[in-house]
Amino acid sequence: MRIGIFVCHCGSNIEATVNTAAVAKKSLEYPDVVFATDTMYTCSEPGQDSIVEAIKEHQLDGVVVASCSPRMHEATFRRTVQRAGINPYMFEMANIREHVSWIGKDKDANTNKSAELVLLASEKLRNNRPLFPQQFDVTKRVLVIGGGVAGIQAALDCADGGIDVVMVEKTATIGGKMAKLDKTFPTIDCSSCVLSPKTVDVSQNEKITLHAYSEIESISGFVGNFTVKIRKKSTYVDWTLCTGCGSCIEKCPSKKNPDAFNEGIGTTTAINIPYPQAIPKKATIYADVCRKLRDGKCGVCAKVCPTGAIKYDMVDEIIEEQVGAVITATGYDQMDWTQLGEYGAGKLPDVVTGLQYERLLSASGPTEGHIKRPSDGLEPKSVVFIQCVGSRDKSIGRPYCSGFCCMYTAKQAILTKDHVPESQSYVFYMDIRAPGKMYDEFTRRAMEEYGTEYIRGRVSTIQPHIRPDGVVGYMVRGADTLLGQPVEIDADLVVLAVGVEGAQGAAQLAEKLRISYDQYGFFMESHPKLKPVETNTAGVYLAGVCQGVKDIPTSVSQGSAAAAKVMALFSKPKLQSDPQIAFVDIKRCIGCGKCITVCPYQAIKEVSFRGAPKAEVVGTVCQGCGLCNATCPQGAIQVAHFTDNQLLAEVNALCQF
Amino acid sequence: MKLAYYPGCSGEGTSKEYDVSTRAICEALGFTLTDIDDWSCCGSTPGHSLDHALSGALSARNLALASTMEADCVVTPCPSCLSNLKHAKHRMEDPAFKAKVDELLDEPTPALPEPYSVLQVIVEKLSMEEIAAKVKKPLKGLKVACYYGCLMVRPPKVMQFDDYENPMSLDNLLVALGAEVVPFPLKTECCGASLGVVDKEVTSKLSGRILERAKQFGANCVVSACPLCQMNLDLRQSQAEEAMGQKFELPIFYYTQLLGLALGLDDSALMMNKLVVSPHALLKSLDAPAEAVAPEAKAEPKAEDKSDEGAAS
Repeated sequence: MRIGIFVCHCGSNIEATVNTAAVAKKSLEYPDVVFATDTMYTCSEPGQDSIVEAIKEHQLDGVVVASCSPRMHEATFRRTVQRAGINPYMFEMANIREHVSWIGKDKDANTNKSAELVLLASEKLRNNRPLFPQQFDVTKRVLVIGGGVAGIQAALDCADGGIDVVMVEKTATIGGKMAKLDKTFPTIDCSSCVLSPKTVDVSQNEKITLHAYSEIESISGFVGNFTVKIRKKSTYVDWTLCTGCGSCIEKCPSKKNPDAFNEGIGTTTAINIPYPQAIPKKATIYADVCRKLRDGKCGVCAKVCPTGAIKYDMVDEIIEEQVGAVITATGYDQMDWTQLGEYGAGKLPDVVTGLQYERLLSASGPTEGHIKRPSDGLEPKSVVFIQCVGSRDKSIGRPYCSGFCCMYTAKQAILTKDHVPESQSYVFYMDIRAPGKMYDEFTRRAMEEYGTEYIRGRVSTIQPHIRPDGVVGYMVRGADTLLGQPVEIDADLVVLAVGVEGAQGAAQLAEKLRISYDQYGFFMESHPKLKPVETNTAGVYLAGVCQGVKDIPTSVSQGSAAAAKVMALFSKPKLQSDPQIAFVDIKRCIGCGKCITVCPYQAIKEVSFRGAPKAEVVGTVCQGCGLCNATCPQGAIQVAHFTDNQLLAEVNALCQF
Repeated sequence: MKLAYYPGCSGEGTSKEYDVSTRAICEALGFTLTDIDDWSCCGSTPGHSLDHALSGALSARNLALASTMEADCVVTPCPSCLSNLKHAKHRMEDPAFKAKVDELLDEPTPALPEPYSVLQVIVEKLSMEEIAAKVKKPLKGLKVACYYGCLMVRPPKVMQFDDYENPMSLDNLLVALGAEVVPFPLKTECCGASLGVVDKEVTSKLSGRILERAKQFGANCVVSACPLCQMNLDLRQSQAEEAMGQKFELPIFYYTQLLGLALGLDDSALMMNKLVVSPHALLKSLDAPAEAVAPEAKAEPKAEDKSDEGAAS
């Protein structure tokens, strides 16, 4: 074998603390190494060309690049060696940046360690074999999880591109958080009026199959060929018969239930349609508050339903869909602000969240668009908005900015003045973050045209008191850090801009999809700058706030971006499979079946070979995780490119005694 | 349970009734108090305002004395003393700080025991059911605003007791004693503390606000766990009334007095007559048959001198 070694400076990233020329010189002593050099930027075009030239000039049949993490450039260099006619798996990378130069300052020790890592890589390479990918078919259907504005945009764009879409929405209607908003910033457009043409499009588009009130049960398979099990939760109403007439809702006697769509402001019936423009406009019975389903006594809705759609004996149904790609658009939820004692820990009735205030402002909300505070229906004349409740607060482990609160608070202050002209709004803020198009101008309008008083500082306490006229007021005490003195405002209503986190259940969904998520429940993109839509699981894409905090236009953009990624994937007639998968040495396999039980992908099946049971790997399903290899008592099942012999060669290279 | 007891200076003067009732209820609840021999002042506010090391040395001296006693833990009734003791213990973890203290005390300070408030020991060592079972005279008819003061639970990292935004230990205790507890949003507000000595306007306003809010939410008395808070709310109540332009006439009890009352202790152990705003009418109404209980007890003429000079401590 003829091996070439290329030691990269990575500018000064490696060169500053590793003597790369010495590493190259040392590696010439290694077995089968016939060429070694150091280069400034190996990944650059001249750097790659020098590899191609060296392969031709020195008749190399294997290449080691000592540079950064394989996650960064393994794919790059595999393409380079392939260009020069070498099989891409006859290439190895030694990570001397993340594993050496960035973590150690001692140049001699770093140089030594780098040389050893190069030896390790070249010893592995000596045991490598050319590998060839297989081709397989793609199911050209996409699953969109979540029916908020990001998911809707992704679904509509995919459908426009001729792709069949399966949309799964957890609640009984699509529309997500945007459907709950009264107006949008900075244009003060009616939120549901902007959104409803899109939700209607979803329901009318023949390419889109909508499963509302449904959740993902499990996902198996791989890019191009996912099998999705969907739990259609029981609505106790046959939606094929329900016309959405609302007779059942009128007559339902269980009326005092917290209204989830209205964020707990106001009450709703046990059978309901979340809001007038709901898609699908079908009724759902909530079993925990339905008298018939809980106590067996009632049945009024069944009596009044003109189409006989009520089915009390309905049960959850699991259906199966085949798709080739998945877009997650599961959005967000607000953090549990009731743990924050300084804002009353959720026990003060007129301290509401920003989303609750949207419902109080909305014409379709519980107060029909008249601002009335929850405790006594008083129209507030003095409203205090508090920013960064559970955001940018390291003391409670939430260091990040929730992004859109500065803007919606400015909007709510403007709308408050519109609804109640004699009112005065106050905003306690830390910094005003308004970097979008027309955003800063908008917050200026709130201050200059609408007279909103912005107070830079935090609130320490909200204390109820009884005014001389017997009305309860809320003393909001805080600091004005610009004036350097305490301030106290007697508010009728307090609105908290509560910080956001990944939607409830996001972590569980991530595990089903085998994608990463952070401690706040946001899904991890493949690269924070250059792959913001992809995940590290091929065929799974992200859209909207599930990936990180963003406002409506950015969520819509990412929805379109995810759709574009899916269309690019589906534009190929066939996909290539990764050849780094398990294979069975049939002579050594004793048919014990242990590998079948540990495989998380059901990629191994039992076959009969001359009457004896043997394991067989389903190549397109195997993900190359290696669990079977570690479990096999005979060493009969190996993972290509990571065989026992290849790994032992690495160990032997390092452990020379 | 054996407790090393740090009475604090005010227990010998302005809050005699707190000290006496604390000793009495501890005995009734089965805690044995032994005074720390030769204890000295914790330095109070002047001490730590001037120099942390000085304040630390004064407190460390007392804790070091307590460490030689055979006791399960060190307690004090006074939150201000407790704050100094706890801060000293906390700051002594810093070797540079300990070196300063050692120098002031002329010898290396031994490992110091953790001090607790008497209240914390009572509510953590006894269950509310146990306490309720000992009640001989339920405090039915008392509508109490529980006022913890700013020091009992703050700063949370040092005090390590109860919820620092909405403490509930006194509330739970008073409920166990049969009293009604009113919702009270100013549980941990500042009463003005020792500013009464130099600027009584501030104290009058801050204490006035606490009393006003207690009244608004339907309290007919306030319970306190701090000698200084109690003094500001009780002795200076007429000043607060003047500042707020309204009458409060709210008796301000130490929680130990009400606990003793519920346990059936003799008045010599409670010293109710030491309170400036007389509680006697209110307490009398408790003895009356339920239907005759007046919603608002009328305060009797105040017997004690409540001039400013008397309040300086």
